[in-house]
Amino acid sequence: MMLDDFLIRAALAGLGVALAAAPLGSFVVWRRMAYFGDATAHAAILGVALALGFSVSVFAGALVMSLVMATAVSTLSGRGFAMDTMLGVMAHSALAFGLVGVSFLSGVRIDLMAYLFGDILAVSRGDLAVIWGGAGLVLALLAWRWQALLTATLSPDLAYASGIDPRREQLVLTLALAVVVAVAIKVVGVLLIAAMLIVPAAAARPLSATPERMAVLAAIIAATAALGGLAASFRLDTPTGPTIVCVAALIFAVVMVGSHLTRALGNTS
Amino acid sequence: MRLISAEGLAVRLGGNEVLHDVNLSLDRGEIVTIVGPNGSGKSTLLRVLIGAQRPSRGRITRASGLRIGYVPQKLHIDPTLPMSVARFLNLPRRRPAAALRMALESAGLPDLGPRQMADLSGGQFQRVLLARALLERPDLLILDEATQGLDQPGSAAFYRRIAEVRQEMGCAVLMVSHELHVVMSASDRVICLNGHICCEGRPEIVAQAEAYRALFGTGTEGALALYRHEHGHSHDHDHDHPHSHEAAE
Repeated sequence: MMLDDFLIRAALAGLGVALAAAPLGSFVVWRRMAYFGDATAHAAILGVALALGFSVSVFAGALVMSLVMATAVSTLSGRGFAMDTMLGVMAHSALAFGLVGVSFLSGVRIDLMAYLFGDILAVSRGDLAVIWGGAGLVLALLAWRWQALLTATLSPDLAYASGIDPRREQLVLTLALAVVVAVAIKVVGVLLIAAMLIVPAAAARPLSATPERMAVLAAIIAATAALGGLAASFRLDTPTGPTIVCVAALIFAVVMVGSHLTRALGNTS
Repeated sequence: MRLISAEGLAVRLGGNEVLHDVNLSLDRGEIVTIVGPNGSGKSTLLRVLIGAQRPSRGRITRASGLRIGYVPQKLHIDPTLPMSVARFLNLPRRRPAAALRMALESAGLPDLGPRQMADLSGGQFQRVLLARALLERPDLLILDEATQGLDQPGSAAFYRRIAEVRQEMGCAVLMVSHELHVVMSASDRVICLNGHICCEGRPEIVAQAEAYRALFGTGTEGALALYRHEHGHSHDHDHDHPHSHEAAE
């Protein structure tokens, strides 16, 4: 059976995360939530520690902690707190408590690196089901709420006037973010999840005239990075998660240079 | 027909009472303008009416199924968000292509569909905002200083368009404006706001009111406002009325 091959499973896992993270990442970019994504991802390591401590599923632990952090942050951000400071405090405290927590678990031998940087080559069939289930859920949520999310992103007041509650749309994004973080841990690890959200979307921006095009292009770029990164890491014997992010960053650089050159040429001709 | 009414509204923002004891209602087809100094709660009142701000006291009654078209004072579109004019007009609901074409033509921007919102001039941007609000086929059109940043002919054209819209769609219009002379000629009713409603009524009545004069004084702006027939610098204005007053120019 095809899924027996660990490389095929890794490729499918990478694709699943890429396809869900990139469109959600577009919203993260448009709404300037980059740090928000980081904080949610960092909180997940605390979830991992708790899950291992209480012997429950790591996925569930990460999902719950991500949800708690994302909800806390989005609630506080509506109340006039200095958000960059709050996020800095909460994100790094969660990460630190998570790391300390894991160190107490002397009974189990844990490869912490696997959670910090991902371990895509060790993805099991069960992991694949979780990843594609989560990715499908996130894509369905985004597709269902697309118009309302976009209106609320553009202007909360325009949304209110049309009978859309921007706080509910924010909640949808918060939920989607927590799910993506939880399913992406195995693939890129908590430290690089934010990169999978932001880099493909940023690379798609200069090539897009509409939000839909940007989201679709971001998904294509993310998928290319996932597969290219997997291939490169296999060939170069490098850690896979970081290699995927490197490929995405290279695509971003090429697009940026290309679009600047095109504009410069357009101005001179 | 009563579209929306507010009773005993009060709004607190960060410990300050921005509005208190505001009673207000709008009927179909009337143009009502809110005037008031900076910080008088004009924008806050509009935000309460569209549902973006919860009042701390009082209540708002809307006609069932009331559709509101809202034109904000300004709209900042993040540079990371690509947004063509055509795409913008499709928010929050997708429209048939024919409706979009008509909307752009009525706005006088027939070829701008593919253009990025960020590349529009101030006047074009305002007309697109209005076109989007009109696509909702609103019963009530709410405009918050929609002509800010437009030059005089530009804002005169904008208000003529509002008058046309009222004729065509029969909607009520509620707007906030700083341009007192335009207000006086374009409104059926003026509400003078300064934390509460100081006075309201037909423009010529309000212009004579003590409270209004106390707010806007008898300086240049006040004088301009008093003369309903003052025509500013827009020379394409219809002169179908005699200039019985000597405006303070």
